[in-house]
Amino acid sequence: MSYSLVKPLCDTALLGRVLPFKVCRRKMPGYNMSYRVLRPRWMKCFPVLSSSFRSLSTQPAKDGVDLSKFPVDKIRNFCIIAHIDHGKSTLADRMLEMTGAIAKTEKNKQVLDKLQVERERGITVKAQTASLFYSHDRQEYLLNLIDTPGHVDFSYEVSRSLSACQGVLLIIDANQGIQAQTVANFYLAFEAQLTIIPVINKIDLKNADPERVESQIEKVFDIPREECIRISAKLGTNVETVLQAVVERIPPPAGSIDDPFKALVFDSNFDHYRGVVANIAVFGGRVKKGDKIVSAYLCKTYEVNELGLLRPEEHPTQKLFAGQVGYIVAGMKDVKEAQIGDTLYHQEQPVEALPGFKPAKAMVFAGMYPTDQSEYPTLRSAIERLTLNDSSVTVQRDSSLALGAGWRLGFLGLLHMEVFNQRLEQEYNASVIVTVPTVPYKAVLSSAKLIKEHGSEELTIVNPAQFPDRSVVSEYLEPMVLGTILAPETHTGKIMSLCLSRRAVQKNMVYVDDQRVMMKYLFPLNEIVVDFYDLLKSLSSGYASFDYENAGYQTADLIKMDILLNGRPVEELTTIVHRDRAYSTGKAMCERLKESIPRQMFEIAVQAAIGSKVIARETIKAYRKNVLAKCYGGDITRKMKLLKKQADGKKKMRRIGNIEVPKDAFISILKRKEK
Amino acid sequence: MLKYIFREVSRGFSPGLRRFSDVKVTENVAESPTFPHLIEQASLYLHWPYCLRRCTYCNFNKYIPKEDNEDIMAKCLQRETETLLQLSQVSCITSVFFGGGTPSLAHPSTIAKILETVSNQVYLSDEAEVTLEVNPTPVGMSKLKDFHFAGVNRFSIGVQSLQDEHLKSLGRDHSSLEALQTLEEARRLCPGGVSVDIMFGRPEQTIESWSNELSEMLRVCDDHVSLYQLTLERGTQLFKQVHCGQVTMPTEEMTAEMYRCARKTLQQHGFQQYEVSNFAKNNSQSRHNLSYWKGKQYIGVGPGAHGRFVPLGEGGATREARTQTLEPDVWIREVQQRGHGTRRRIQLGHLELLEEVLVMGMRMTKGINHKHWELFNPELGLHEIFGASPVVQELLQNGQLILDDRGLRCSWDGLAVLDSILPILLLELDKQSFPKAAS
Repeated sequence: MSYSLVKPLCDTALLGRVLPFKVCRRKMPGYNMSYRVLRPRWMKCFPVLSSSFRSLSTQPAKDGVDLSKFPVDKIRNFCIIAHIDHGKSTLADRMLEMTGAIAKTEKNKQVLDKLQVERERGITVKAQTASLFYSHDRQEYLLNLIDTPGHVDFSYEVSRSLSACQGVLLIIDANQGIQAQTVANFYLAFEAQLTIIPVINKIDLKNADPERVESQIEKVFDIPREECIRISAKLGTNVETVLQAVVERIPPPAGSIDDPFKALVFDSNFDHYRGVVANIAVFGGRVKKGDKIVSAYLCKTYEVNELGLLRPEEHPTQKLFAGQVGYIVAGMKDVKEAQIGDTLYHQEQPVEALPGFKPAKAMVFAGMYPTDQSEYPTLRSAIERLTLNDSSVTVQRDSSLALGAGWRLGFLGLLHMEVFNQRLEQEYNASVIVTVPTVPYKAVLSSAKLIKEHGSEELTIVNPAQFPDRSVVSEYLEPMVLGTILAPETHTGKIMSLCLSRRAVQKNMVYVDDQRVMMKYLFPLNEIVVDFYDLLKSLSSGYASFDYENAGYQTADLIKMDILLNGRPVEELTTIVHRDRAYSTGKAMCERLKESIPRQMFEIAVQAAIGSKVIARETIKAYRKNVLAKCYGGDITRKMKLLKKQADGKKKMRRIGNIEVPKDAFISILKRKEK
Repeated sequence: MLKYIFREVSRGFSPGLRRFSDVKVTENVAESPTFPHLIEQASLYLHWPYCLRRCTYCNFNKYIPKEDNEDIMAKCLQRETETLLQLSQVSCITSVFFGGGTPSLAHPSTIAKILETVSNQVYLSDEAEVTLEVNPTPVGMSKLKDFHFAGVNRFSIGVQSLQDEHLKSLGRDHSSLEALQTLEEARRLCPGGVSVDIMFGRPEQTIESWSNELSEMLRVCDDHVSLYQLTLERGTQLFKQVHCGQVTMPTEEMTAEMYRCARKTLQQHGFQQYEVSNFAKNNSQSRHNLSYWKGKQYIGVGPGAHGRFVPLGEGGATREARTQTLEPDVWIREVQQRGHGTRRRIQLGHLELLEEVLVMGMRMTKGINHKHWELFNPELGLHEIFGASPVVQELLQNGQLILDDRGLRCSWDGLAVLDSILPILLLELDKQSFPKAAS
């Protein structure tokens, strides 16, 4: 089972890549090391790419790994967390190469970041997991690298991944230093009481300043600078030290093979032939093919059809033991049956569910409509296919008088939504109108009768049409987030006024070093869902970083604002706004409507109103003259075409009273603006 | 040169002429599916494609001649006239209109030859209206007499403006004085048969200057005025000038006011508006253009000319929309080779024909009377098509549209927003003609 290092490297025939590695080996003559090759490639089940990477396979999978050889004290479970683009994927690639899990090729460069949004933001959306075999001090270890999504939109997933780990590698760019997401990730790991190994990456860069970063780490995270490991994941420098630190500093998982079987689901995927493939961390006992297992959340029983290691591709084994991480196929038909955070146990030996499980909760909602109603079925199947792999997206059928039949989708956060949209566009080539995102508000009902009717005191409002009247409500609540902004000190003034204009309250402000400031603000989520991130980036010339975590609900003075055309409300434009923002929002909507509704034969008043009180108004003047004075040379063809096009257009217009409103007018108001 | 073809002049008409232009005489005949009489006669449009220079606002089909090819052009116009008259099998031409381009650049003998060709082949009454567009230059003026002698009995004079600086900036090749002189000469030759074209919505024009100019025009003009709003067309020099900010156009509000004020002024001076852009007194409406608006057949001859007729000569039974080849040299070659330069023929379906009848008819202040409509659509009357529609009812109640015993027409205010009304009417026509498809 043991392979020499040389073989897979020769297989790749990329000598240029071999050299730095050899140098790196020679630097550490003191260690007696050997590597085992188990992973032919670093690949998961992104449908788009699977075929192109299959060909990179260099090593036939070897069966018969005796996993019982790895008791818990020979197992380390860890993940890598980092801010965008600080080198998480590169380090993962390198560790996989060094332990022989994947062949060493140029193409390994962040092969996972396939979506445009992933590349743009340098994040990995779907968690990836790989088991590595690593020898240290003549002992063979099973290192489970549980990759996590790189953004706190997925903080629940991150927290579930973290709960399968005992330690994390916290990567920080030697040039950029601590960023917003570094802080958010650190606290997630810290709260989970994991061992944190700070890794300063990109020390090969010209502007690298590892000393400065080390003092930031000391100051912000209270970790002694001596614990930092300086590496260059790109060149492989000191990656070996990282692997050693994983073995030496991170404690082995708790749990024993003698306990009843208990496993955490920390990710799931859908396979068209086998159904749901769940990634699990075994917390206790053992599981084998044919076992009858139960999902604690749904209390449904399944039979294990297949199980094995992820290296990172599936590698079937006979059993999985306490402390180990792998995948399981058990006849689940829907990813909703394998919810992240759920507990699995043996039918005969029920156990208490692992703490911290929450069903996915959508925090940002957006309407999606096909640009052309004839594309409805195509879009429906695209959405179905995408949600097969992502149980956290909630899908609700919706229809708008202006935009036709569509859906109201709920996402974990903004990035999650953006990723979903891009995959829809890129992978399924679907042309979609995405509406401005909204957040779920709540109303606390005051009347006992209503409470009884709704079955609870609190009512969640996703659609403005359901907004209950002030008279039956004791208070309204809006979702809040705690935002972390890191930026060069020179931009703080502008950033503070931006935050202030977004109803944010400053919680603290710390200089992480003499140039960079970390600010924490409590934001209403609604204030950051549309364009906050883009504004922040542009006013700091791209230097500010932003991240947020959910911070519950808070009382808010919410009102329902109607848009009226000649006094008649336009149902699809009704909006829930904070009282302080009503005027500016209403005015902006009126202005945009004025621009997009063509003049008609009569005057049109475009108004924003709260109840019966009009707060903003624009007027579209009546046409006084609209007639072509001349028809050239008997050529009425052109004129006829134009008139008939207008007549056809009328069929598609929405009539509000006697006013014809083109679909484009709604789109221009409802649609999320392109960046 | 700017070309308008829906335009007309006039003069007293003898009863003989009326016979050919009045609907009443002909209403019991029809082309299939309409009445046969419609296919027995047509009006004739001839296009002279050349101009001496390019006006800054014009995007019409015109060419600056490279050489003197008048002989060839004359022969080809005659030849195509022959061919198309033959094809249409009409027995009578009710009116002739020479447009362009600048047809007053043509030699009067060319005009004479063409009219002769027509008379040789079909009945062309001596009283039939024969209009020529004239550019009011000294050369143009000097030829009026000969044109008149050749058979032209109506002149349409492209005065455009009486302000010299405006004429210059529009790229016109005449002065206001020359225009006045030409007008005088034309009136002398064809009293009551002269029309003037004037243009509003010109760059830098104000409501006041327009109103003064119009009053001045009314002092010198004959019995017919055509009023056009300058429209900014892509690809023209003016379009570029406006886009680089060298020139400002009046706002929509201003042009609307100019139109309103012109209509009022003309009315006060005894001119009756009979179409969106046309005003006449003493019964001097353009017979030629009225026949377009009434949905009658017309034959278009010359580069880029359009026609609407049934090609009976080759066994056709439905009206066709026909377009001649645009580029003069190519058109000439085609006419020489096969007798005509028809580039495009599209058969008009019944609904399409009705749509044209509706769109054209509604331009007239009298609109479409029931008999006129019945001529084209005996199955379904105006009341049945439009009467029940709530959107049309709205227009009737708002006073923009009138539907009564006489027929369907715009009100004074409605006519100014006709292009907003027409799509509504077209949609109703569609629904009633294809009730299943539209529901």
